[in-house]
Amino acid sequence: MSTPLKGRTSPTLVVGAVLVGLVVAAALLSFAWTPHDPLKVESTARLLGPTGDYWFGTDKFGRDVFSQILVGARTTLYVGVIAVGVAAVVGTPLGMLAGMSKRWLGEFVMRVNDLVLAFPALLLAIMLGAVYGASTVTAMIAIGIATIPSFARVARSGTLQVMSTEYVLAARSAGRSRLWIARRHVLPNIGGLVIVQCSVSFAIAVLAEAALSFLGFGTRPPTPSWGRMLQESQELLTVHPRLAIVPGLAIAVAVLGFNLLGDGLRDRLDPRLERR
Amino acid sequence: MVVAIVRRVAILVISVLVASIVVFAFMAVLPGDPAQVALGVNATPELLAKTRQDFGLDRPLVEQYLSWMGGVLHGDFGRSYVTGEAIGPQLLDRLGVTLWLVGAGMLVALVLAVPFGALAAVWHRRSGGTAISGLSQLGVAVPAFLAGILLVQVFAVQLRWLPSGGWTPPNQDTGEFLRGLILPALSLGLVQGAVLTRYVRSAVLDTLGQDYLRTARSKGLRPYPALMRHGLRNAAVPVVTVLGLQLATLLIGAVVVERVFVLPGLGSMLLDSVSARDLLSVQGIVLVLVVAVLVVNFVVDLLYAVIDPRLRAAR
Repeated sequence: MSTPLKGRTSPTLVVGAVLVGLVVAAALLSFAWTPHDPLKVESTARLLGPTGDYWFGTDKFGRDVFSQILVGARTTLYVGVIAVGVAAVVGTPLGMLAGMSKRWLGEFVMRVNDLVLAFPALLLAIMLGAVYGASTVTAMIAIGIATIPSFARVARSGTLQVMSTEYVLAARSAGRSRLWIARRHVLPNIGGLVIVQCSVSFAIAVLAEAALSFLGFGTRPPTPSWGRMLQESQELLTVHPRLAIVPGLAIAVAVLGFNLLGDGLRDRLDPRLERR
Repeated sequence: MVVAIVRRVAILVISVLVASIVVFAFMAVLPGDPAQVALGVNATPELLAKTRQDFGLDRPLVEQYLSWMGGVLHGDFGRSYVTGEAIGPQLLDRLGVTLWLVGAGMLVALVLAVPFGALAAVWHRRSGGTAISGLSQLGVAVPAFLAGILLVQVFAVQLRWLPSGGWTPPNQDTGEFLRGLILPALSLGLVQGAVLTRYVRSAVLDTLGQDYLRTARSKGLRPYPALMRHGLRNAAVPVVTVLGLQLATLLIGAVVVERVFVLPGLGSMLLDSVSARDLLSVQGIVLVLVVAVLVVNFVVDLLYAVIDPRLRAAR
């Protein structure tokens, strides 16, 4: 396993990075500038088609769609970063623990892991929403918890591989502690795998956030969110399909970007796969 | 083999029990009183007390859990705090709709993924293979509800070939039932089919380089029959794993698709129960969905052993 920064650049990686860059740029730009106030209701400008002033037109309240897409990118990334971050920070050490500890403990961790896997993000978010009221935070927590198992699995299988190497054997016979081995050998070696998993999980998180906001269990109005824009577009679909296509494309670009980025990074890590 | 199965069954039973405790505890830690939540803030104290007593909410939590779980094991999910009706029969009804949807979605996914995935593997490094891989990447990036919205727009609104939503039970009018099932099944299945295509491709690609395929070819088998008889079976092990995980995804994805197509499935029952603040129903539906996911994973584990005799011996 090499670090993800070496090797030749694949088109997958470049396209993925460009698409992700586009989403990040949109989110960053929205802090400094949007063509219109994304929340401003303009009764004289309802349901306008694309014009020089309103690039993607306006919605049923007269709000500028392009500005909403820009700010929506912020919501998407915010949910993704926190959810995936929490999942990685909790799941990776758990997976390493399962891969390095005694057999029964490892088995126990993985059983609990399987159990969490039975509670998908959508279900968790609906349960949390039923009890505490739906919000961006409940969606984020739900997606984060539901993503922990995939990190634990990846970290465990990577750890098991590292633990069977000779340099770990050498470190152990030199009397190094488990913690030292975990820090010095395991973590650096599975780091790449974890980064790939981050990218792939991010794509799933974007989809989950969109689905939740679509169902009304995610971001609350008026905060712009791509999923909710889709939901609001549904009643006007026959006359104004643009209102569904624009946020739909935004979601697809983000998901495609993170998936391709993950694939590209994985190819870098595993030369066997790259030859395909 | 027997020991392995018994062990797996034991794990399943324990998992189901723990999951039921988690679901129950989740609803029990609710800030506030379920009776109050169901009746609203204007309910009189007498009515609240009576409701609490009627539904056994004044008993200790452990007792409440045991009586709930005892009922569930007999198919009795209790009565709704809101309507007072039994939850079990409605749940069973709705589950039927969802299972039709999930089954049809899985069928769409398989019919797409197996041939296209295998072709993408055989044609890899050629333009056909690249095109299939590219399309599957795009398909993965489209949320099922967006696929649903677009399918409705094209096939229901513009072409008027298929209904845009609604449900006809299969025993009432089979033709209408099938017509109504097509668009929801496609919106669920297309996306999962795209995901599955990528796994089928990589699994078949793995088998293509194997010695047994070369042996089969050297016996005089032509490429495609050799792939059919030897390649696909070997590729099935990793694919079945993904299929199991996908069944779970489909079950949850159905929640969203049911919303788009106004289908009376478990998902819309769940969403309706949440908005009606009918927490006992929510509890029951969540339990059914979680147990379904656990059972699917259990079956997938068993299937490994059937498909791959090597794994049978190893366990």
